[in-house]
Amino acid sequence: MTIETAGAIAVAAVAMATPLLYAAIGELISEKSGIVNIGLEGFLLLGAFSAFAVSHASGSNLAAIAVALACGAVCGLGFAYLVVVRRGNQIVVGTGLNLFAVGLTGMLYRAQFGVTGSALSVPPTASIRVPLLADLPILGRALFDQTALGYLCLILVPLTAFLLRRSRTGLHLRMAGENPRAAAIQGVDVRRVRIAAVTACGTLCAAGGAFLAVDYTHTFVEGMSAGRGFIALAIVIVGRRHPLGVLVAALFFGFATALQFHFQALAFDIPFQFFLILPYAATLAVLAINAGDSNAPAALGRD
Amino acid sequence: MTARLSSSLLAAAIGLLAGAAAIAIGGGDPITAYTALAEGAMGSAYGWSEVAVKACPLVISGLAVALAFRAGLWNIGAEGQLVAGALVAVCFATNCPQLPTALGVSLTLLAAVCGGALVAAIAALLKLRRGVDEVIGTIMLNFIVLGIVGYLVHGPMMEASGNYPQSEALPGFTRLPRLFQGMRIHAGSFAVVALVPLCAWGLYRSRFGYVVRAVGANPVATELAGFSVGRYLLATFTASGALAGLAGGMEVASVTYRMYENFSPGYGYTAIAVALLGRLDPWGVLLAGLLFGILEAGSMSMQRVAGVSAVIVSLIQGCVIFALAAIEYSRAESSS
Repeated sequence: MTIETAGAIAVAAVAMATPLLYAAIGELISEKSGIVNIGLEGFLLLGAFSAFAVSHASGSNLAAIAVALACGAVCGLGFAYLVVVRRGNQIVVGTGLNLFAVGLTGMLYRAQFGVTGSALSVPPTASIRVPLLADLPILGRALFDQTALGYLCLILVPLTAFLLRRSRTGLHLRMAGENPRAAAIQGVDVRRVRIAAVTACGTLCAAGGAFLAVDYTHTFVEGMSAGRGFIALAIVIVGRRHPLGVLVAALFFGFATALQFHFQALAFDIPFQFFLILPYAATLAVLAINAGDSNAPAALGRD
Repeated sequence: MTARLSSSLLAAAIGLLAGAAAIAIGGGDPITAYTALAEGAMGSAYGWSEVAVKACPLVISGLAVALAFRAGLWNIGAEGQLVAGALVAVCFATNCPQLPTALGVSLTLLAAVCGGALVAAIAALLKLRRGVDEVIGTIMLNFIVLGIVGYLVHGPMMEASGNYPQSEALPGFTRLPRLFQGMRIHAGSFAVVALVPLCAWGLYRSRFGYVVRAVGANPVATELAGFSVGRYLLATFTASGALAGLAGGMEVASVTYRMYENFSPGYGYTAIAVALLGRLDPWGVLLAGLLFGILEAGSMSMQRVAGVSAVIVSLIQGCVIFALAAIEYSRAESSS
């Protein structure tokens, strides 16, 4: 394998990992507060569509990303209203959101853009190249020649780690997830903390969707989230609910997906479906070996 | 009962209204669209036949989900179990020597039941033996099953002519007969109509159903009352998967006749909406399945006549779920 091939795989791996990482960090924050969100797939799709639609209409990818984030925040608030305020079942509402997003984005896409056969494209987002560092072999272009959303995603990892472990907000978040009653007695407004966490999750997911549409593929295809929201759920578990673990798991699954594209070129005789199954099988294996999700917050998915 | 019925009707109305709002936002005319939908599904014998065809997998997999939810098992895996059922049915039917039709069809459906039950049993054992949450377990298994199907229809199971990534067609003696010339309504509709009272009897009148409901309501008390909760959970989960597998087997033996990627347009996920709208009650599931069957069957003519994408049905399903979550679950929690 040449250095160029390795570099190309690295670029693809980081790009594939970015939307996964956004969704997984969002899920991590939500789960730490005690709320499971299995609607990540829907949030990704809503973010991707809103970014695409605004970029197509205005030609500005900055406006597109801003609107996608706002859309993610609004939908996150809606999700929070149903599960935190109305105390609807989290699994049920998450399933509903996935269906809702498929329907809404698919219907609006065809209403606005018709069924043209060929995919419409939007202008690519400009990447920001760090001089010198971007010329490093293999990892240079993957890490130091990215779009703003790409850099932001990597910065989010230490930021989230700091937020969760060192900040007062993070402490309240973890209290809400581990023992909401004790947290309430301590004066923490558990509902507010959870609403904020779920809203943040929706916003981050939408950022991942926006990256997918305007930064990476420059188009929108119905159902383009293609299971990434569920892989992100898996990443949170495989990453043992730690930001760094989540980063490693996201990069690993991104790498596996990137390899899948290059394997045919490299003429290895492994069916590509193996790579499609890998994240899901790995998650079941991790859970089975560790005898369940032992480091899940104690009140996750409950009251 | 009336409170449950009224909140289901309210949720269905909210879903349809949300759909109308979305159609209007997309620049369409909701009244034209819904009229075309109703005409397409209910305006002709052919339309009703399509409603039955769409409702069959939805009602059966809706029963599967309802059974699991009754026991407090969040089986999100009806989709994977349904596809696994169809896959095993195709494996059996395309390799089976010539048999009388009645036997061939029965064995094909039995193979489907086994396939669905197997996938559900894996999730159940992971939960009971290794503490793997069934929500995550079933979601992961859904994608694993889809990956296996993708591999098989591109490789070992691909039709001999090799034109498309799909299996061979089922031989005639394994196909469920169709009831009328020129329509797709098939004998499976009778099976569904028979299955609903059977499930209702099983759930409300049998000892098994009694314990299942007890486990769902209070597993600790049920265990203390001397029942082996683990065994009932395993049996319920497996039965749920068996039903979902039957839905897949019936679909392949009466509608598609072949296995391919995207075999199921998300029946297993719609089944969750069906089960919830039907209040986890077999008769309710039948009504909810019929409603969604009408939406699915009519949506194609809505797309043709009014130019509104058929995928709007997913949005309606999602909004029905939101409405139910907001109405009923909050009511249940505040009363407990």
